[in-house]
This record gives sequence, structure tokens and C-alpha cells, in this order.
Amino acid sequence: MENRASEVSGMPRETVTDRRSEREVVVTRTFDAPARLVFEAWTTPELLMKWWTPKSFGITFISCEADVRPGGTYRFVMGHPDFDQPMAFVGRYLEVDPPRRLVWTNEESEDGSVTTLTLEERDGMTHLVLRDLYSSKAALDEAMTSGAIGAYPEQFNALDGLLETLR
Amino acid sequence: MFRPGPMFALDEPVKKTILNHMVQYNAQHVDTSFAALSDATRRGVLEQLGRADASITELAARFDMTLTGMKKHVSVLEGAGLVTTEKIGRVRTCRLGGRGLEEEAAWLERHRRLWAARFNDLDAVIEELKRKEKADGKSRK
Repeated sequence: MENRASEVSGMPRETVTDRRSEREVVVTRTFDAPARLVFEAWTTPELLMKWWTPKSFGITFISCEADVRPGGTYRFVMGHPDFDQPMAFVGRYLEVDPPRRLVWTNEESEDGSVTTLTLEERDGMTHLVLRDLYSSKAALDEAMTSGAIGAYPEQFNALDGLLETLR
Repeated sequence: MFRPGPMFALDEPVKKTILNHMVQYNAQHVDTSFAALSDATRRGVLEQLGRADASITELAARFDMTLTGMKKHVSVLEGAGLVTTEKIGRVRTCRLGGRGLEEEAAWLERHRRLWAARFNDLDAVIEELKRKEKADGKSRK
């Protein structure tokens, strides 16, 4: 039913990714809600914990701190059953302009991107654009080959096990 | 941030190729990779291609095999996405890893899946906020 509503307004809820330039990757999606609610979900730790680690990926939040103001820092700590150590994602908010714009750094790895979230409201719907801008083409290429996002740790473990038996 | 632990006794380029591959494809592809790696000759071919690209003829000579036998091994590695081949004239050259553009497309698709899954959960959070706002609005009247 919700999908039908978004189709009527001509904005399907499809998530699209695109390499916009040598050092930029863009994700777009439309939400059936005013921008202020989408913004709230991006800037409130209790709400972020409900959606940032998708259930289907088996990753869970251990803690989520976000001081959402210019210069404020965030720290998302996550765990996966197959990992001994939790993973921390850290950075700083550079711009906070509710309910339209949020800019932050990603500092858990060297040469991390700067992410810009923009929300554009139209007829009660919100069009979301998420831009990851890297410092250089090499930095984005590296991110694309290092598997920093969405890697499958259980498969690494399985491979470790298999290769042990092959030695 | 997902750094695999100590791994196995293969050269660095080979490890990197296998890892990239594991990261970019789903479990089904991983099974194919495992099958491809279960053979000593094929692991040897990967090691060899980690040092330099080679033709099927060169690989066959190096591993003391028939051309047909080596072609079969290479096609298994190719099917698993661990090796790509390119025919120029009469020579088929084998190299480690997938083609650059395919790797980028695979990464973008993986990135898209992660965000689509997040946004799916985000929809539920936003629906909850909308319900709450509506209920608060009514109770204020």
C-alpha cells in the first residue's frame, strides 16, 4: 500500500547507486514522509540504532553516540557473531542544517570519504541524496577494492578454514 | 574495517584477488571459488599468474600438462571469477582477477544492497515516527 502511494506520485522507492565522478559515489532514494522525520531518523542515536545496521546483514549495534552539531563527533560500535572484536565507525559532523543537509567525515580508515546527505521535500515525499566524496580517485578505487562495506566475515572465516586444510 | 585475520600461504596478489572476489560476490560464488581452489594445479596457476600474465600454452608447459587439460583448469578458474582470459590473435592470455569495470559494477551493486537494506529498515522507523506524530496531534486537540 505504501509502495502504491509512492508510485502515484511518480517517485518509486528504489535505491540507486552511481559512480558520479572519479572520486564520488552517490546513493539516492525517496521516502514517503516529510524531510523533518527523515532528518530526525538520521540524527537521533536511538533511532539510528534501529536501522543503520540492517537486520539482514547480521550486524548489531553495541553502542551509538552522535553529537549532532557542527564539529561534534560520532562513534558507532558494531558487532558481528563471527568477529572477536567490535568495529568502530567514527567521524565528525561538519554541517548540520535541519531538515535539509547533514555533512560528516568518515575517519575509521585513512583517506575516508566526506559524506553529504541532502533531503528535498516535495508533496510530502522526501528525495534523499547521499554523496560520498573521496580525496582522490585512488582513495575511492582503494575503498572499492578493500571491501570496507558489506564484506562477509563469515566467508572470510570459511575461507580461512578451507585454506588451513589445504596448506 | 572488516580485516580478515592471518590467512594462508599464497602470494599477496593472489590473496588480494581472492579476497576481493569473496567480498564482491555472494555465497554461491564463494562455493565456486572453493571448488576452484581445491585443486593443487589450479592453486599453482593462480600463484603463477600472481607473478605474471601467461598464455595457456605457457601454463601447460610449466605444469607439464596437455593444452586441453590446462584449458579445463583455466576455465574453472575463469568460471569462479578468479582469472580472466583474453584472446589476441592465436594466443589466449590469462591474468589474475576480474575486469576493472566489472569489479566496480559489483562494488556498486553491493553498496546498493547495503543501502537498500538500511532504507528498508529506515522506512519502518519513519512509519513509526509518523504514527507517533499523528497520535500526539490527536491527543493535543
